[in-house]
Amino acid sequence: MSTLERISRREFLRQTGRAGGGLVFALTMTGAGRLAFADEASTPSVAPNVYVNIRDDDIVEIYCHRSEMGQGIRTCLPQVIADELDAQWDRIEVIQALGDAKYGDQNTDGSTSIRRQFDILRNAGATARALLIAAAAKTWGVPAAECITREQTVRHAASGRSARYGELVEVAAGLDVPSEVPFKDPADYRYIGHSMDIIDGFDMTTGRAHYGIDTVLPDMLYASIERSPALGGTVKSLDDKAARAIAGVVDVIELPPPTSPPVFNPLGGVAVLAGNTWAAERGREALEIQWDPGPNAVYDSTSYRKTLTESARNGGKQVLNRGDVDAAFAAAARTIEAEYYAPHLAQAPMEPPAATAVMLADGGCEVWGCTQDPQAAQGTVAGLLGIDKSKVKVHVTLLGGGFGRKSKPDFIAEAAWLARQTGKPVKVTWTREDDIRHGYLHSVSAQHVRAALDGDGNVTAWQHCTAFPSISSTFAPNITGPSAGELGLGFVDNPYAVPNMHLTIGDAQAYVRIGWLRSVCNVFHAFANCSFVDELAHAANMDPRDHLLKLLGPPRRIDPKADGAEYENYGQSIDKHPIDTGRIAAVVRKVSEMAGWGRKLPEGHGLGIAVHRSFLTTVGTVAEVSVDADGKLAVEELWTAIDAGLVVNPDRVKSQMEGAGMFGMSLALYGELTAKDGAIVQGNFDTYPILRMEDAPKSINVHIMEVDAPPGGVGEPGVPPLAPAIANAYFAATGKRIRELPLRNAGIV
Amino acid sequence: MAVDLTLNGKPVSLDVDPDMPLLWAIRDVAGLTGTKFSCGKALCGACVVHVDGSPVRSCVFRVRSAAGRKVTTIEGLSEDGNHPVQRAWRELNVPQCGYCQSGQIMSAAALLDSKPAPTDADIDNAMSGNLCRCGTYTRIREAIHKAAGYKS
Repeated sequence: MSTLERISRREFLRQTGRAGGGLVFALTMTGAGRLAFADEASTPSVAPNVYVNIRDDDIVEIYCHRSEMGQGIRTCLPQVIADELDAQWDRIEVIQALGDAKYGDQNTDGSTSIRRQFDILRNAGATARALLIAAAAKTWGVPAAECITREQTVRHAASGRSARYGELVEVAAGLDVPSEVPFKDPADYRYIGHSMDIIDGFDMTTGRAHYGIDTVLPDMLYASIERSPALGGTVKSLDDKAARAIAGVVDVIELPPPTSPPVFNPLGGVAVLAGNTWAAERGREALEIQWDPGPNAVYDSTSYRKTLTESARNGGKQVLNRGDVDAAFAAAARTIEAEYYAPHLAQAPMEPPAATAVMLADGGCEVWGCTQDPQAAQGTVAGLLGIDKSKVKVHVTLLGGGFGRKSKPDFIAEAAWLARQTGKPVKVTWTREDDIRHGYLHSVSAQHVRAALDGDGNVTAWQHCTAFPSISSTFAPNITGPSAGELGLGFVDNPYAVPNMHLTIGDAQAYVRIGWLRSVCNVFHAFANCSFVDELAHAANMDPRDHLLKLLGPPRRIDPKADGAEYENYGQSIDKHPIDTGRIAAVVRKVSEMAGWGRKLPEGHGLGIAVHRSFLTTVGTVAEVSVDADGKLAVEELWTAIDAGLVVNPDRVKSQMEGAGMFGMSLALYGELTAKDGAIVQGNFDTYPILRMEDAPKSINVHIMEVDAPPGGVGEPGVPPLAPAIANAYFAATGKRIRELPLRNAGIV
Repeated sequence: MAVDLTLNGKPVSLDVDPDMPLLWAIRDVAGLTGTKFSCGKALCGACVVHVDGSPVRSCVFRVRSAAGRKVTTIEGLSEDGNHPVQRAWRELNVPQCGYCQSGQIMSAAALLDSKPAPTDADIDNAMSGNLCRCGTYTRIREAIHKAAGYKS
């Protein structure tokens, strides 16, 4: 085969709409010019490690092995490498890496790119720099220790010699690469800690940026897939005559049935393939399919809510215990109790899942997709096609938003399957309705919280049960409740200085695919924790900010393991990334000061505060809301303080906090998916609204705490405080407590 | 059957079903992928293009309705990518994922054509049909004011 072998690179670029600059796929690594793109590899170069390639034309190629979905990693990752390498910012070229285990972990989720890989990236830059110094020292016959680097140039002061990095490529190629060298003194950082402009700014403002939906290959077919309304349903009968009669429709193909557990595999269904997207969608509408609805068609959100709430009320299994809550409740002057509920959510990235695949002559498969996890895409495609993972080549495009949805490569596997069945390149594009109805849902949750207060309003006991269907159910059979990993997301890592604490989990069955959504379980755990703390403040007749500081207690480090919990601390050392109540309290003080906490507010206004640590970062948010004569709520202004330790690009951190504010407002005000007969009821932005500009506050004020600590996560931690901050502000304005999301169900939006 | 129109200043003849939405004619037939699909129901604005200078949602606009008219997409908004709106967008680093920004920029450019010095209320009014899941709204407001300054 194939048509692909015959097309020129120029033709490929024309067809994919890429004209100079912009997103460069790592096509240089295809070997032997199979795709006829090898001209990109024609320049002599030296690659000290998998992240850096220095060319003799003095361009430093930096391979970005993480996916860009708006967090700015294609800018921030090069900042770290280029800084340690002393590269010149306008002489770097960012190349998007293929999916390949040689890069280590590429799964761009969990806000991990910087927090887990900062030292790896620094080392990549520092060792490359050391290699170039060694090459210069050898060339000049001077000690390496006498050489310095500056702006992509090695200099030897005593002899007055200097050489651009590009000039050292040939010599460097003959030397061993040092494995470990000292890092720069942070005082010498030139890019780290600076707000570099985003790398893709020009392409993103001119239509040149290439997303998953934008790949075009010669002779490509466009596919649209009808899937079972309920998870696990299968095709009982199919009449495709009308579909095949639609002009442009080329084929109708049934996908393999879904697996149980679903994992990352396709959901089954029937694909219509056509010469363009519109014909495929019209053909799909003309399909007549009878479904065998499968075991999940019983799922109904109304009845499930009762079951879940009951589960949370019953207490369940202990996951953390401190002191003696029974004794504390027996001795309590007052007991406060509350139940919180939050529904399923969809990530709803603006770009729906989309991928293009083609089978290769050697039996391998090549795909282009908007994936957060190209190695998972390799594995899923390999498993589905029964080929070796090494034969699956995954090109990562830009992601038109991810938010956790695109960690799951089911849509890429669909394209690969259809490419094999047709022998042609196939692009699969999900419609918005597909995305809302057939995704991996953020979990529905119910929580029951009870606190004991002594006569002075001090909280003496905290008892809390959480119940939600687990993400684990997507990957393993017979899962009936939360995993330890999920409980580490804002539940067992409770920071409050309460002497007696008892945390439990309730059973919860999953009937849909449960998956990650930005901040994951922190969303609903923070909603309950931060709302309940506010309730306790009012019960104790205290100012909510002062009460929050009191409850956080003296500065100290907390380890949930000390109270018997399993706790993973987001996969990182709790010594380096402690749960430090002093740092959390500092965030509370800062954000409340920014918001002018305690100031006199206009009539109908209220301030609410919430603070939450997640992904090793603490974010505090104050919301100012107004409630009009009709009882409708508006968020007037937001203030956010973030302690993420070291920050690579302050403006990208700021933009993540702004965006998290809008994402958090969307879920707080509007976000809700419900199921009936196993099918998701909502379908598009009319029934699953996300925030519009007219709802956005007039400003979002962000402060980055200056803290000498290793970097925490940034993409997710801004989201959890939003919903409780708004609900607490609404209480401050009206005296009405809302314990259920979204707020529009209370008729106030 | 062919539909003749002017696309980014050049006459084109598109061999398409005239009922096809302009969005898919632009993307799949004319091969310009800067205009984005997101909702397909005129609910989000990712697909906004200009037809004879006015913003339309190309996902629900039949290509037949564009016959004989001038269609401008993000690729044709400016020769060099330096329309005041594009410049302002870059200077404030507005985009996060960037996916909705073609539509945002096309809506903003149309707004400034009709209202060279818009107020915040004008902006909210003109731009609330353009969704951004990343939440760049406050920067978009600021960037439109900035672009208005460049134009005047």
